[in-house]
Amino acid sequence: MARRSLFSRTRRAEHGFGGYEVRNPEREQFWFRRRLAIAGVLVLAAFGGLVARFVYLQVTQHGHYRTLAESNRIAVVPIPPNRGVITDRNGVVLAQSDSAYTLEIQPSRVKDLDRVIDELAEIVEVTPRDRKRFRKLIEESKNFESLPLRTRLSDEEVARFAVNRYRFPGVEIKARLFRTYPLGEVGSHFLGHIGRINDRDLEKIAEWEATANYKGTDYIGKLGVEFTYERELHGTTGVEEVEVDAGGRAVRTLSRVPPIAGNNLRLSIDIKLQQAAEAAFGTRRGALVAIDPATGEVLAFVSRPGFDPNLFVDGIDPVSWKELNESPDRPMLNRPLKGAYPPGSTIKPFLALGALALGRRTASQTISDPGYFQIAGHSHRFRDDKPGGHGVVDMYKSIVVSCDTYYYQLAAESDIDETHAFMSTLGFGRLSGVDLEGESAGVLPSRAWKRKRFAGPNYREDHRKWYLGDSVSAGIGQGYTAFTPLQLAHATATLANDGVAFRPHLVKQVENLRTGEVTRIAAESTHTLAVSKEHIEVIRSALVGVNKEGTGRRAFDGAKYVAGGKTGTAQVYSLKGETYDASKIDERLRDHAWFMAYAPADRPRIAIAVLVENGGFGAQAAAPIARQVFDYFLLGDQAPSAAPLAPGAPDPDDQSD
Amino acid sequence: MLEFAARFWEFLVRRIDRSLFGIVMALVAVGFVTLFSAADQNLARVGNQLASLVVALVAMWVVANIPPQTLARAAVPLYVLAVVLLVGVALFGVVVNGSRRWLNLGITRIQPSELMKIALPLMLAWYFQKFEGRIGWKDFLLAAVLIAIPAILVKRQPDLGTALLLISSGFFVLYLAGLSWKIIVGLFVAVGAAAPVLWTLLHDYQRRRILTFLDPTQDPLGAGYHTAQASIAIGSGGVVGKGWLNGTQTHLDFLPERHTDFIFAVFGEEFGLIGNVLLVFLYLLLVGRGMMIAADASTLFGRLMAGAVTLMLFTYAFVNMGMVSGVLPVVGVPLPFISYGGTALLSLFIGIGILMSVQAHRKLVHS
Repeated sequence: MARRSLFSRTRRAEHGFGGYEVRNPEREQFWFRRRLAIAGVLVLAAFGGLVARFVYLQVTQHGHYRTLAESNRIAVVPIPPNRGVITDRNGVVLAQSDSAYTLEIQPSRVKDLDRVIDELAEIVEVTPRDRKRFRKLIEESKNFESLPLRTRLSDEEVARFAVNRYRFPGVEIKARLFRTYPLGEVGSHFLGHIGRINDRDLEKIAEWEATANYKGTDYIGKLGVEFTYERELHGTTGVEEVEVDAGGRAVRTLSRVPPIAGNNLRLSIDIKLQQAAEAAFGTRRGALVAIDPATGEVLAFVSRPGFDPNLFVDGIDPVSWKELNESPDRPMLNRPLKGAYPPGSTIKPFLALGALALGRRTASQTISDPGYFQIAGHSHRFRDDKPGGHGVVDMYKSIVVSCDTYYYQLAAESDIDETHAFMSTLGFGRLSGVDLEGESAGVLPSRAWKRKRFAGPNYREDHRKWYLGDSVSAGIGQGYTAFTPLQLAHATATLANDGVAFRPHLVKQVENLRTGEVTRIAAESTHTLAVSKEHIEVIRSALVGVNKEGTGRRAFDGAKYVAGGKTGTAQVYSLKGETYDASKIDERLRDHAWFMAYAPADRPRIAIAVLVENGGFGAQAAAPIARQVFDYFLLGDQAPSAAPLAPGAPDPDDQSD
Repeated sequence: MLEFAARFWEFLVRRIDRSLFGIVMALVAVGFVTLFSAADQNLARVGNQLASLVVALVAMWVVANIPPQTLARAAVPLYVLAVVLLVGVALFGVVVNGSRRWLNLGITRIQPSELMKIALPLMLAWYFQKFEGRIGWKDFLLAAVLIAIPAILVKRQPDLGTALLLISSGFFVLYLAGLSWKIIVGLFVAVGAAAPVLWTLLHDYQRRRILTFLDPTQDPLGAGYHTAQASIAIGSGGVVGKGWLNGTQTHLDFLPERHTDFIFAVFGEEFGLIGNVLLVFLYLLLVGRGMMIAADASTLFGRLMAGAVTLMLFTYAFVNMGMVSGVLPVVGVPLPFISYGGTALLSLFIGIGILMSVQAHRKLVHS
């Protein structure tokens, strides 16, 4: 073949007619139709394949794809419940949830965060502080949650953003519930605050097996009652099924299970009393706990200085946090709960009660006080605060004039472990079981305690050994002894309640708004002291004597009720033989002033412990605060606010203790 | 008056193939129904498409009334014009979505590759008709060059999909003109062997599309998103579909390109397997009618044009439905007569006009 044929048709023509110039239309059409038919078969096959694919997608895999389409379009949105309201015993609101608009950004959906925030700042106000806080939130959150840039937007800002919303994918306005503490600093330490849920909180929630219920909840109680009663306050999260578009925006609601609001808490705190007590402290640091002896209900729970819990709700900004955290006044320290201070002379009535109960002393037994006490064979003199001594002293007088020598001798004659056992029953050195987290047990020393405290290779055996001198120091509430104001108030209440101890608590009742069900936190009598009524009576009459003719005389001058009480002054700084002169000592090294009291003396309605840090003498600094609180509580009277005397005022009567 | 109307009607319909027209209008009707849903009942969009349809119908009528031999004479000028315009696109084209496909003519923008879809088979059919019976390997080579020039220009835009469609339209003409089976098989073997080389010539996005096609789950938020969402739309439609206007994938914006290249997913979601099978059946009728016209054509030009146009219609429909349902890679091919878009509609109806012209004028040539 001269030339290679590329087209079969022409080749056929060559074969048939011996020349490719010859044409046969019928044959051409035949061959064309054959090719067309082959193409037709391919078309049928291809369409058949498509139909097979459709059957696969729409019949075989239909269920799978339907599920995918549903999960595409349906988003299950949790509706966080309204957090329970916290009120005081009279219904005054202390913590509530308000609805407010927030501007939230989902960082994962925004490429250039800084640019977007800059653009947002043209529409709504964004302060540098907001930016810093937002940065901190981003660092703290690992998942793809949306984070608030601004909270509490004004209606105008909401409207302005709504108009510009299309410009900001990943940015949304959300209606959120905000916790507010209308009274600010008042009661901040028992109330606590909520804050954004962090990893540790998530672990805790997982332990509760409440992870599902916390979907959509951003905040959790971090401190105080907000923390302890978190599970009552939180409520049950609702669920909304919404149809969303590809942009994730809700189009319509398909179904809704409403959330159930958290339970309300009614505290035993009387917030007016609390306010009066806080006011009585002025700018001084310290603590006060007031308890209803008959029930253990805490009426006031003061820790000064306080802080504004509102700062913590949206995540505290670093500047404020630094301010609070680094202040030498330690406003974040919950002093009545966690602060353990040497009780000083306030321990004396309890030790005297122990001496009666254990048979070491009778009420009328006397000692002769030369103004000091010496351990046989030692030269060191444990000095009394009154040079020359108090003369002949019985138990009554030992409490009224706060005679140290009486208690040095008592301690020297007692066994520390026996004393420890008795004092434990008053709650010293133990957790009171109050419904607040982080309580300190304080220190009620014993041989075993000292052994444990000085265990380990850093200490020698003679460090661990109990000495008589240790007992003598402990005998006037110094040395190792350290109590929290809550413990002292609790013990005072037990004494005032004729030896029947009640667990102190701040929450009076839990109220379920939906069912109207009210759960009372029942007064819980934990135990009764193993002492006779007569013995308690001896101590109580002496405590009344303190305020009549003793160290509390001036503070309770002219009171319209009879109150029992005891002053205390706890050494912060060891004098090493020098005479104490408050004016010469740095303010922070001055003695702590204590006062424990209850009133009215015959049927006590309130028991109290007051501590003024570095306040000096208990009689001068702490007793007047107790007087003001009693006046307010018993008389509803704030008028005779016997202004607490400045520490160091020259009145020798007050300076004994 | 009545007589005039009757004569005018006769003038209007004398070159119109009724069954072909009926099938096409059924497809167009399906298109409008689906578009109304895909456009979220936006009548403006439907109105646009309606205007395009009127223009396209006029074009179809005009082409149907032109005898095939006159069409053949226009082949060379049209082909040359289309190549010139493609070169113009390469030099002065407007860039849309990263591709240079459009040419701005002041009043309107045109896409010369659409014109080439008609011009290339026309050119080849004309060539084979002119040298009928004397075709040798040099002619084949020339035909290959005629196909390669526009294909390369379009591929550079870059628009690989349209380039492949152009090559296939040229191939259909060659096949129908009787290209030897040996060469056909040889060509396929050569393409297969050259695939690794071709791979290196592809643009990144083209490679990505092919990779995505092979495994859409690899990149569900990026390139695989289209395919994945389209499969979900079709699959969730089930046997009877979710009902017109009720497709959740469609109406909640999950389906991209839902008016244009992915409109079939909207249809599949709302009308289900039953709708899909009926649609495929309509296309089968269209192809069948086209093949009948081609088989009955009296000239080689008529046969080749009618056959090539018919196979192109099939190819578009198959490739589009194949890509939307996830069996073919995503290439920019609209679903014939259904996807939104004026230019595509115009060239499709010109193709239908050519089929009608071939059908209407076969007796004249015979006599």
